[in-house]
Amino acid sequence: MFATKQMASSTGTPHYSSARAGESILARIGNTPLLRLASIGREFEHVEICGKAEWFNPGGSVKDRPALGMVDAGLKSGALIPGKTIIDATSGNTGIAYAMIGAALGYPVTLCLPNSASEERKRILTAYGATLEITPGDEATDGAIRRVREMVAADPAKYFYPDQYSNPANWQSHYYGTANEIWEQTAGRVTHFVTGLGTSGTFMGVTRRLKELNPGIRCISLQPDAPFHGLEGWKHMATALVPAIYDETLADENIEVGTEAAYRMVKVAAREEGLLLSPSAAAALLGCLHVAKLIPADEHALIVTVFADSAAKYLSERFWDEE
Amino acid sequence: MSVKVIIPTPLRVYAGKADSTEVSAKTVGEALGQLTNKFGDLRKHLFTEDGKLRSFVNVYVNDEDIRYLSKENTPTKDGDTISIVPSIAGGFV
Repeated sequence: MFATKQMASSTGTPHYSSARAGESILARIGNTPLLRLASIGREFEHVEICGKAEWFNPGGSVKDRPALGMVDAGLKSGALIPGKTIIDATSGNTGIAYAMIGAALGYPVTLCLPNSASEERKRILTAYGATLEITPGDEATDGAIRRVREMVAADPAKYFYPDQYSNPANWQSHYYGTANEIWEQTAGRVTHFVTGLGTSGTFMGVTRRLKELNPGIRCISLQPDAPFHGLEGWKHMATALVPAIYDETLADENIEVGTEAAYRMVKVAAREEGLLLSPSAAAALLGCLHVAKLIPADEHALIVTVFADSAAKYLSERFWDEE
Repeated sequence: MSVKVIIPTPLRVYAGKADSTEVSAKTVGEALGQLTNKFGDLRKHLFTEDGKLRSFVNVYVNDEDIRYLSKENTPTKDGDTISIVPSIAGGFV
């Protein structure tokens, strides 16, 4: 399977700079650039801050990695066979990734999403040919999840339901991919890894691998500072349903980030770095700055984070027009 | 004017676990004011310190986003349903 080949190659040296003609779009998943900040955080002279620019994935976000990993695992196990439909409840980046991967591999994709999902999202998903099952807006994602479960229960042979919250192939895509890329791109110099928790796949996978490579690397998880927040993909673990793949004992530290502070950082990063970050990517950067502040001046540090996506899908948010 | 306000899952803990409440209001602003008077702990989650709706809080009247109606001045009528939805797509699981 093509996807398998890509996963295997991501554990080795990236070699896409000399990409051959005729490759699949899926070969472009992973091996994203590790960008170094030039201006933000320069007051910490002993600290370098770098972020994986995950919008370079063809679906536009980090979610291409776990989506491909879960689809690939389904193909290997036989849970996904020709004739089946990939189904899930998400209007977020995972939905976009499924829609793209399904289209590229020839599998139909059905996504359940609340009516309140933005028109832009619905258009991206339908552009990739996904079937949308719209659930009542007032039931939010709960209603969409209920619908998926009903549909799968009614016709289990028809659907492949990856369930990113409990599927180990989610975090494994970061264990084999993202983590090794970070290790190679920093030539093993990474001292801190900082990332937000949602399904927790990125944090679990990258942390497990980096700690194997160097147990001294400090791994810090980030969460929204309140249950009701605007950081897409992130979870306030104390009040949310905790994903089955999440192990809270893995983090050396956990830091909370506020939505409004992230919105301000979106604007700063765009103007000062030329980086059009999504609110959650900007929140990850705030987490890095918080970590940088506490590193003693005589200690050199290289902090790496994951910029989950760009601001492209958030341009109609109200915060752009507000102070 | 009896209006139903749906309380989103992550905020129910601040509203005595209620999933919705009935208020009597002529506008969305009035309805949200009554909601936060009834459940004071909700206020800081919905409004900034100077009383503005927080940027990521989207409010719908019967599935219509009030941004495209008359914002907080959007009139409500008997039997309307107001939903409070954070502006994130993946949602809360």
